[in-house]
Amino acid sequence: MSEIETLVKELADKHGRKRESLIPILQGVVEKERYLSDEAMTEIARELDIAAAQVYGTATFYSFLDTVPRGKYVIRVCKTISCSMKNGNEVIKAISDILKIQVGETTPDKKFTLLEANCLGWCHKGPAMLINDTPYTELTPQKVREIIAEYNRK
Amino acid sequence: MANNKPLKKVDLIFSEAFLNRDELKEVLSRSADEVIQELLDSGLRGRGGAGFPTGLKWKFTRDQKDPEKYVVCNADEGEPGTFKDREILDRVGRKVFNGMALCAGTIGAKEGYMYLRGEYRFLLPKLYQILDEFHEDMKALGIDFHIDIKLGSGAYVCGEESALFESMEGDRGEPRNKPPYPTEYGFRGKPTVINNVETFVSALIISRIGAAEYQKLGTVDSRGSKLFSVSGDTPIPGIYELELGMTVEQFVNEFGDGDTKAVQVGGAAGFCVPRKKFNDTIIGFEGVPTGGSMMLFNSSRSMYNVLHNYLDFFKEESCGQCTPCRVGCQQLFLGIEAVKRGEKPASYLDTLLKLSQTMKITAKCGLGQSVGNSFHSIVNNFREEMIY
Ligand SMILES: Cc1cc2nc3c(=O)[nH]c(=O)nc-3n(C[C@H](O)[C@H](O)[C@H](O)COP(=O)(O)O)c2cc1C
Ligand code: SF4
Ligand code: FES
Repeated sequence: MSEIETLVKELADKHGRKRESLIPILQGVVEKERYLSDEAMTEIARELDIAAAQVYGTATFYSFLDTVPRGKYVIRVCKTISCSMKNGNEVIKAISDILKIQVGETTPDKKFTLLEANCLGWCHKGPAMLINDTPYTELTPQKVREIIAEYNRK
Repeated sequence: MANNKPLKKVDLIFSEAFLNRDELKEVLSRSADEVIQELLDSGLRGRGGAGFPTGLKWKFTRDQKDPEKYVVCNADEGEPGTFKDREILDRVGRKVFNGMALCAGTIGAKEGYMYLRGEYRFLLPKLYQILDEFHEDMKALGIDFHIDIKLGSGAYVCGEESALFESMEGDRGEPRNKPPYPTEYGFRGKPTVINNVETFVSALIISRIGAAEYQKLGTVDSRGSKLFSVSGDTPIPGIYELELGMTVEQFVNEFGDGDTKAVQVGGAAGFCVPRKKFNDTIIGFEGVPTGGSMMLFNSSRSMYNVLHNYLDFFKEESCGQCTPCRVGCQQLFLGIEAVKRGEKPASYLDTLLKLSQTMKITAKCGLGQSVGNSFHSIVNNFREEMIY
């Protein structure tokens, strides 16, 4: 069995093989692989015995279920109004400068992806961002530099 | 209007009371009729935004004959400017589960689900730990009710109740036609109570302190207290539990920075209140309703940028299922850009206003229907800023 086959089988054993199991399985693959490859989606369709188009249709609806390769650490910076009023743009620009990538891109070493997101639920402590699941708030260009340096050491 | 009174701060939601097993036992010992009557008397309306009377929702679901029913907690909290549900889950998660148990006992459900937005995944370990204790207590009390958590994956529209069920069932989060309403046809097509995180906590509080006590707070149309998420141009951003029925003026006196020009009440889907209307606008179901989002803007802010940001949000988050919303959000967004750049005359704003009105009537769900709220209230009150 290929690596992805094993992963999908494990996830299906854990979450079941019903239609309702689909999103938890997709989330499980993204957690492990950072994105859903065609191979992964076809494998999930086979495992759940549904059409691959249904898997693809569901996956592409959700912004966290990426269908293009992402870095090990996905950075999502809030661009909604309360954060943008607190100079959220500067934070995005700082990250972009540090990592030398534009929003939507991944570093060549596949370590970081920079994305924008809508309101993350930290508006009173903006600007805010998530790195994978972890929230960071009250960001400044300086703070962002330190956080990324920390991830770089990991 | 006597509106220079200071706001009344309340401490019910986050208080340490009603957290343990004995409290749960006490609450669950009451008959369904009693619980429903108390909720109806209290005047509690849903805290997620739409404001449907909670007692009625529970009653309609209880009255359904189908033996298979569900309790669902809406923890999708995606409305821009809202963050109070996160704080409730973080600080008093057990109260939410106790409130869901109260609902389950009342309507006759054996399974409950919480739909937690993917952005709050970091809360999962803590919530599972609280759930373990909760399930132990349910077992000790001999009650057959189990709660599970389903995780969202970054889609605002999934906060809409029928889209949320679709997502829980493993599909694209596309809203369903209504009616039938969830009380009749909800999760897995079964009668379902779906409430906001805060609503479950308020229901629990009411059944402990009684409707009479709760009624003392608020106004005829907006009873009780609720949490407000305050952000934007304010020296004291944060989460506050306030008695309902205040004017925007009172709110601004407390939270403004002395230069507030507008307050957006209810998030991107809500209404913009300009300074000249602060005095006679009540925050609540008799005036401008809110799920808690309160964003303040001072005179340094361009309301064009604010509206542009909201429309950018809506055009990204529209599920695209129905034409008025899919095309409408795009056109409103492109339209104000064109007016701003001078490619369209100022009168084009009136065409866009008509479009947003059409969306209100023809869009399938609350997302497309409410884009016009902020569009109208910002364009009409700040027309010059849209043009120059
Ligand atoms: C686009 C859209 C997004 C929504 N998002 C949420 C949400 O994040 N949380 C919530 O409680 N209600 C949300 N609602 C309202 C729900 O559809 C529903 O009315 C609410 O969960 C009912 O609970 P309540 O009566 O306790 O307020 C949303 C509605 C729409 C149209
Ligand atoms: S109004 Fe918008 S979000 Fe709602 S169903 Fe139509 S396209 Fe989807
Ligand atoms: S506006 Fe950025 S977290 Fe809400």
